Amino acid sequence: MNWSNVLTIFKREFKYNIYSSVAYIINIVFLIITAWSFTNLLFLFNIVSIRSIFETSIPQLIYPPIPLLLTIFIPAITMRTFSEEMRSGSIELLLTKPVTDTEIIIGKFLSALAVTMLAIAPTIFYVIGLFFLGTPDLGIIIATYIGVLLLSGLYVGIGLLISSLTEHQVISFIVTFLILFFLFLFNLEWLLSKMPSALVNIFEYIGPNYHFSNMARGVIDTKNLIYLLSGITITLMLTRVSLERRKW
Amino acid sequence: MSIRVENLTKYYGEQLALDNISFEIKKGEIVGFLGPNGAGKTTTLKLITTFLTPTKGKIYVDGVDAEQDSLGVRKKIGYLPELNPLYGDMNVIDYLEYSAYLQSVPKDKISDSIKRMVKVCGLEEVRHKDIGELSKGYKQRVGLAQAMIHNPDVLLLDEPTSGLDPNQILEIRKLIKDLGKEKTLMLSTHILQEVEATCDRIIIINKGRIVADGSTDDLQKKFRGQLGIHLIVKKDPRFGKEKIISLLESVKNVEKLKLIRDEDSAWVFDITANKGIDVREEIFRTIVANNLILLELHQEETSLEDIFRQLTLKSGKN
Repeated sequence: MNWSNVLTIFKREFKYNIYSSVAYIINIVFLIITAWSFTNLLFLFNIVSIRSIFETSIPQLIYPPIPLLLTIFIPAITMRTFSEEMRSGSIELLLTKPVTDTEIIIGKFLSALAVTMLAIAPTIFYVIGLFFLGTPDLGIIIATYIGVLLLSGLYVGIGLLISSLTEHQVISFIVTFLILFFLFLFNLEWLLSKMPSALVNIFEYIGPNYHFSNMARGVIDTKNLIYLLSGITITLMLTRVSLERRKW
Repeated sequence: MSIRVENLTKYYGEQLALDNISFEIKKGEIVGFLGPNGAGKTTTLKLITTFLTPTKGKIYVDGVDAEQDSLGVRKKIGYLPELNPLYGDMNVIDYLEYSAYLQSVPKDKISDSIKRMVKVCGLEEVRHKDIGELSKGYKQRVGLAQAMIHNPDVLLLDEPTSGLDPNQILEIRKLIKDLGKEKTLMLSTHILQEVEATCDRIIIINKGRIVADGSTDDLQKKFRGQLGIHLIVKKDPRFGKEKIISLLESVKNVEKLKLIRDEDSAWVFDITANKGIDVREEIFRTIVANNLILLELHQEETSLEDIFRQLTLKSGKN
């Protein structure tokens, strides 16, 4: 792998995403909602914890936390990565340059992930706020951010795969959103409580939020890491297969 | 040999797009790849650029096997795809820089090669504009510039003048012709004048097969004689219509004779000779020997258009 090619693709995609107004609009909505959620928790319930911003459970569903926001934000970022290139045909110019499919996918993946991280970055202010209000556990905070990074990575991977399957951005957005939302549902307690007990563990394990919320509790378990990292790898490999379809 | 294609076959699913074609292009040649829409021109170019892989057959660019070393082939090629898909949101300079990086132009040479391309392709006025705002002619120039940014030996242009206005077409053709002086150039088109104006050699393709391959002159020679000679003879009281027809038909190698106009004072004929034979001299002698008066005699030049129509329509009937 030639990392300077990855960097070239990354730069172009990153700049493009940063300039795109969609990213701004969603980012602002993102911040308003997290801020609202944070202050609500802070003043109404007197709960001061970074976990409450990131993690979902039933009582917090009315204060949409970050994993739910990512199910909208990430499809909006990834929807055009390949769809737009396929629609305009620029994918042909890209793939006839001396750049491998893998380098292109990694470049686009890292760029979408970086934009997502940039959107989440302002939550650092909440963390700083927490330090003023008390003495939060730094380990939990770091583990939570690693969890957000890996969860976003998986979501971006799914987004890229879907985007490489259709040349319509809107379809790409909707399908990615539905998949992510579906995965999100797997971990809702009220849904799990209605399942036969034998299936609960399996369902819980399939949903990425289960692995994420473990990390948000400050537990970095290899089981969770393997789930998220292999999820990222598999989606990116499938994206590569999908790009190679043109040759079949 | 700059490009060598051996027994190339491509199926899209069940549909046969290219049927066992082979050709070679020498260094420095400008080759026009001609054919009706859907003949397989774009497919061939997409195969050479390794965007697609052939169902069967081999492609070598400068001796590099496209199957074994597809990146190596891509480094040697500059490619302008049919619809010239550029990133409309980037400005011209940024886009050229991006292309240069992807083509692994050495870092210290990137700014020079951008400057050179801006000059060669006449992009000075629009260098800081977004590509999306440019006119089609300028976009096409940006497309050419990105294709040549790494100074490739081989340039593949897929319908480089489609959608341009006549002035732009002339400009792009001139550009292509200038470029062809130092590069191997293959351009696909369905516009015949384009080939006549720019190319040394023509490959005509129809329904996935090569139906003709040679220089413009070669092809004209090869297909001459199947087309007409125009003849006007002054009417003479000694000769009736039937008599003059049978007289001319008796000339050696005249395949077909048609009286197209019977004017007050002259007969106008169209004559088709046997393939490849010039019958003008024999006709002249016959007319003079019979004391008739020849008003006009000329052979109609076989145009590329005629050849093209002959080749592509003929095999169309099969």
